[in-house]
Amino acid sequence: MTKFTHRNGLSRRTLLKGAAATIGAAGATTLGAPMIWAQEIKDVVLRQAGTGVSAFNEVAAKVKEDLGFTLEMTALDSDAVTQRAATQPDSYDIADIEYWICKKVWPTGNLQAMDVSKIANYDMISGIFRSGKLTPDSVIAQGTAPHTVGFVEGPGSTTFTNDSSGWMTLIPTIYNADTLGIRPDLIGRPIESWSELLNPEFAGKASILDISSIGIMDMAMVCEAMGEITYGDKGNMTTDEIDKTIAIFTEAKQNGQFRAFWKSFDESVNLMASGEVVIQSMWSPAITAVRAQGIPCVYQPLKEGYRSWGGGIGLSAGLSGLPLDAAYEYINWYLSGWVGGFLMRQGYYSAVPETSKLFMSEDEWGFWFEGKAAMGDIVSPQGQVIEKAGAVRDGGSYLDRMGKVACWNSVMDENQYMVRKWNEFIAA
Amino acid sequence: MQPTAVKNSVSSWLLALPLVAVLALFLILPILMIFAVSFWTADEFTFRPDFQFGNYTYLFGSKVAWSVFFLTFRFAALVWFLTLVIGFTVAYFLAFHVRTLKWQMALFLLTTIPFWTSNIIRMISWIPLLGINGLANQALMGMGIISEPLDWLLYSGFSVCLAFVHLYTLFMVVPIFNTMMRIDKSLIEAARDAGASGFQILTNIIIPLTTPGIMIGSIFVVALVMSDFVTVRFMSGSQIANVGRLISNDVGLLQYPSAAATSVVLLVTVLLTIGIMLRFVDIRKEL
Repeated sequence: MTKFTHRNGLSRRTLLKGAAATIGAAGATTLGAPMIWAQEIKDVVLRQAGTGVSAFNEVAAKVKEDLGFTLEMTALDSDAVTQRAATQPDSYDIADIEYWICKKVWPTGNLQAMDVSKIANYDMISGIFRSGKLTPDSVIAQGTAPHTVGFVEGPGSTTFTNDSSGWMTLIPTIYNADTLGIRPDLIGRPIESWSELLNPEFAGKASILDISSIGIMDMAMVCEAMGEITYGDKGNMTTDEIDKTIAIFTEAKQNGQFRAFWKSFDESVNLMASGEVVIQSMWSPAITAVRAQGIPCVYQPLKEGYRSWGGGIGLSAGLSGLPLDAAYEYINWYLSGWVGGFLMRQGYYSAVPETSKLFMSEDEWGFWFEGKAAMGDIVSPQGQVIEKAGAVRDGGSYLDRMGKVACWNSVMDENQYMVRKWNEFIAA
Repeated sequence: MQPTAVKNSVSSWLLALPLVAVLALFLILPILMIFAVSFWTADEFTFRPDFQFGNYTYLFGSKVAWSVFFLTFRFAALVWFLTLVIGFTVAYFLAFHVRTLKWQMALFLLTTIPFWTSNIIRMISWIPLLGINGLANQALMGMGIISEPLDWLLYSGFSVCLAFVHLYTLFMVVPIFNTMMRIDKSLIEAARDAGASGFQILTNIIIPLTTPGIMIGSIFVVALVMSDFVTVRFMSGSQIANVGRLISNDVGLLQYPSAAATSVVLLVTVLLTIGIMLRFVDIRKEL
């Protein structure tokens, strides 16, 4: 294997150059991207620690194939990633984290700002991550919107600023709009509002995720939809708002509203597929996994809008020299389309949709991005048929879904208070 | 002191030294560190040396913590009782009803087979069995015993207890079986010759002579149940919290000092419980 890489190191680089040129022709440029021709690149090992959401072995394999170096991925849950990013900066080179985690971790100084002039496709990154606006007349949602923590004043700075600085904290990689998942066959009527999660009709058949920072946002969407609480900012609640929100859910819990809480992706799939739960917080690929078992499951668009999240990759402060160059190569490769296509085919969005289009069929692009009816079978990256011809994506097109974001996953000023209250809710 | 006695005492100290060193390094030192950290302060990601009682006052002032400790005790008591009844019965059957040593050993090994797979697998395999659409509910409905599926079979205190009993009964069976096998059979024959009934033999001879085994099993079960967090999390669908889950939540959120304080309180509680149990039986004397 090593021998193989050694012999073909150069020709693979040439191949990559070809791929980059193709993308250049499609509108992007490789301007400023460091070109590493050295043989040593194959010896570089980048250690990426991140949430499981984007830790795919396929990506690591493709990095080896396209770029020649080794990417070692460690998948952890959000809390564990935050902990590692904040306390063990030497244990990773690349942190693959969500924007709200960035807000918590950046002040520790363990990550280094990235020079956008080295990012080839920077100008094509979705407006959500630069100005905060999807379209020029978009309204920016509550919570930790990615652009608010996406830039700092310069290298070494811990002050977040706007996109004019040219120094990015995270390179956006993956994001989505989340809502409630339902079993239409077991509910048998339309579901239109977040408030349905606490509807006594579903007593003992509802679930919510046990990850405080995300769960509290789902709770806020529900309480607001019920008309029980009007928040100043759902993404930055006061202690009083936290108390009221938790009180409503504690009462529901004690009345037996919830069947279970889930913490990992597979738990949510099993709860839904087994019929233990008919309505719950859910993530997009979990819906796909339930459907792949032939069980009807809908990612229900709701009138109050979506709870959205975004992730990106950040560079460890200790990264320098050749590994740093390799990391920039990796970032440029990440945004050049192959990964984007791979992620879009599982229901996520890519930060640079235009390049992903090059790696998707017209039908796939139409189904996943434009919200058009599928013309043929829609197949997951693992080769499973997940939708038949005629199917339309829940919630419609990219603009329809990302345009209706009501709040972003957040970290609040009163975070520690919230976490304490959350633990009390779980123990209540 | 005689020269030989000095020599003996030195050599016994030297012989004990490796064990003392290992225990000091891997048991005493970590516990002391946990104890020290429990007085530190923490903010969101960092914790720093300090000497304050905030972690303890929060713990003792929190209603939730009290109810969680109470629940942990309730689980420990219930599981202890059930594993004792089942474990004693199984051991009794093996030791006194199965006649040949060959069969005794064969059946004893059979009880250990579930232990060839991991703890987690044995626990999680209950989930498809107990769910609303699981095998248990389907069977009960098929037999016409119930018309609606029972939802308390899973993600409830019942399922947590069931999993605990399933996981830990063997820890009762082994020591009880072991002590029962060492009971001199002639004692039982003598009792029978003297006119004792089966029940009298059980209460006057077998139970007193197996108390050390019962105690060892009880210490295992109580300590395991009180320190568990994963069984409670999976079998209750994260809906029930015991002390172990409080600690794991704290660790997950980087609140090490608070986790350390809870651990110290838990450690003291478990030691007290076991201390009380040992007041009833002097294991070393009985062995």
